[in-house]
Amino acid sequence: MSSLQKLAGIAAALVVAGVLIGFYIVDILMAGPKALRAGTPGPNNSINLTIQTVAAAGSTLTANPSWVSYFVRDSSNTWRHTTIWTLPAHTLVHVTVYQFDGDSGLRNPFLAKVRGTVGNSMTVDGKSMNVLNPDDASHTFAVPQLGLIVPLKGVADDAKNQCDFGPCALSTAHQTITFSFYTPKKGRYRWQCFVPCAAGFLAGFGGPMQTLGYMDGFLNVV
Amino acid sequence: MRRLGHFERVMVIWLAVSAISMTLAAVFLTPILPPGNGGAEASGQRFDNEVLTLVSILVCALIFVYFGYVLIVFRARRAETMDGPPIRGHARVQLLWIVTTTATVLFLAAFGTYELLGGAGGGQGSKPVFKSFSSDQLVSSKDPPLQVQVIAQQWQFTYRYVSDGGFESAQLVLPIHRQIELHVTSLDVIHSFWIPALGIKADANPGFDNIAYLTPTKVANVRIQCAELCGLFHGYMFDTARIVTPSAYAAFVKSQSQFVSPVTKYLPKYSGNYLPDPAFRAG
Repeated sequence: MSSLQKLAGIAAALVVAGVLIGFYIVDILMAGPKALRAGTPGPNNSINLTIQTVAAAGSTLTANPSWVSYFVRDSSNTWRHTTIWTLPAHTLVHVTVYQFDGDSGLRNPFLAKVRGTVGNSMTVDGKSMNVLNPDDASHTFAVPQLGLIVPLKGVADDAKNQCDFGPCALSTAHQTITFSFYTPKKGRYRWQCFVPCAAGFLAGFGGPMQTLGYMDGFLNVV
Repeated sequence: MRRLGHFERVMVIWLAVSAISMTLAAVFLTPILPPGNGGAEASGQRFDNEVLTLVSILVCALIFVYFGYVLIVFRARRAETMDGPPIRGHARVQLLWIVTTTATVLFLAAFGTYELLGGAGGGQGSKPVFKSFSSDQLVSSKDPPLQVQVIAQQWQFTYRYVSDGGFESAQLVLPIHRQIELHVTSLDVIHSFWIPALGIKADANPGFDNIAYLTPTKVANVRIQCAELCGLFHGYMFDTARIVTPSAYAAFVKSQSQFVSPVTKYLPKYSGNYLPDPAFRAG
């Protein structure tokens, strides 16, 4: 083999390696949930956002069926598994959360206070509340950059007809939580759960608590 | 008139270059050195940075002047093929070198130690040795330090106002001209509470009370951020602290304690080592 052939071989190997590395990097960058234009239009410059929280995400839509997770309903009333939601700026968002998971309890009781919503309150099964017993919290919907936090009441341990895997049907045991908030100016705002709800992980803070698509996400305000 | 020797010439040039450089640095550079003058600790750190900058100018100027001088004066003026005369040692130069470098290092060590005695804005553990700028004239000696517990959790800081009834808030609001005693802790992993503009940085370790002192001197909004990689949203773990007048602080305490009163009854009794047991599935 001549020197020229050797050089050509090395160059070809480098190109192939570069392309493979490029694919790998692109795959990493593209991994994770896709953004969803969330919410359906409501009256007076408002939109309705419907989400649900489940004890186990199930294998239908997720790669980690045993993890706790959020789901969001799209404009065709289909449950989607993503936690990156696109919302319009300066808009009143009416949120409905169907909460199917049992309680885990807040590590920091202070986070049981509803803040940042319209009236600093929420409704749980139709009853208005501004604070939840911290031990009753199953999850939170919190956007710290907006000063928004809503603790989500858990389903009673002895409730009948509990949902095993998400997305859950409304015929199974759940709490219905509603609240409203105003979206801010354009930007990317992270949201998260503050309850250490990741069963099987150290202090409940691993797995779904550290992975986009489950208990953390972004509000893309446009 | 006697001609100056090489050593004397280098010294004269060095003094001239140093005087010009230090003047320029004092006028243009030191006023913009971090972290600013937002608090007693920040001012102390900036003073340290100014001193170190000026000392480093002296050292750097000596090096550059010496190299420049020898490159010009002792350059080869024609094609020379012979080595220069061997240097067998010079007792006076060696003595001067040892004395100068020793004096510089000892000065910096003494200066650093002295500055630490005044408090450096860092976390000092649960038994702080240096009480910071409590003797500062800006601080009223009749007021005890204002105790605030900083509670870090993935991924937000919350604050417990121990000296004002023990309510907790998501906002950090502090009065000027009052010594603040921050008790920094964490509920989960290791975080680090950092206010760059005030020169405060203290690790937040679970189950550990890390005490840091702070004395704000200017009304301002300053950025808080976590300085320890702590998980998915570490980069989003930032906030803004408001440094306000004492009357504005009193108004904040009144309104905020009222606002959060429904949840205050659920808070455990204050403890520096605030680490609730993992509940339910969080074990």
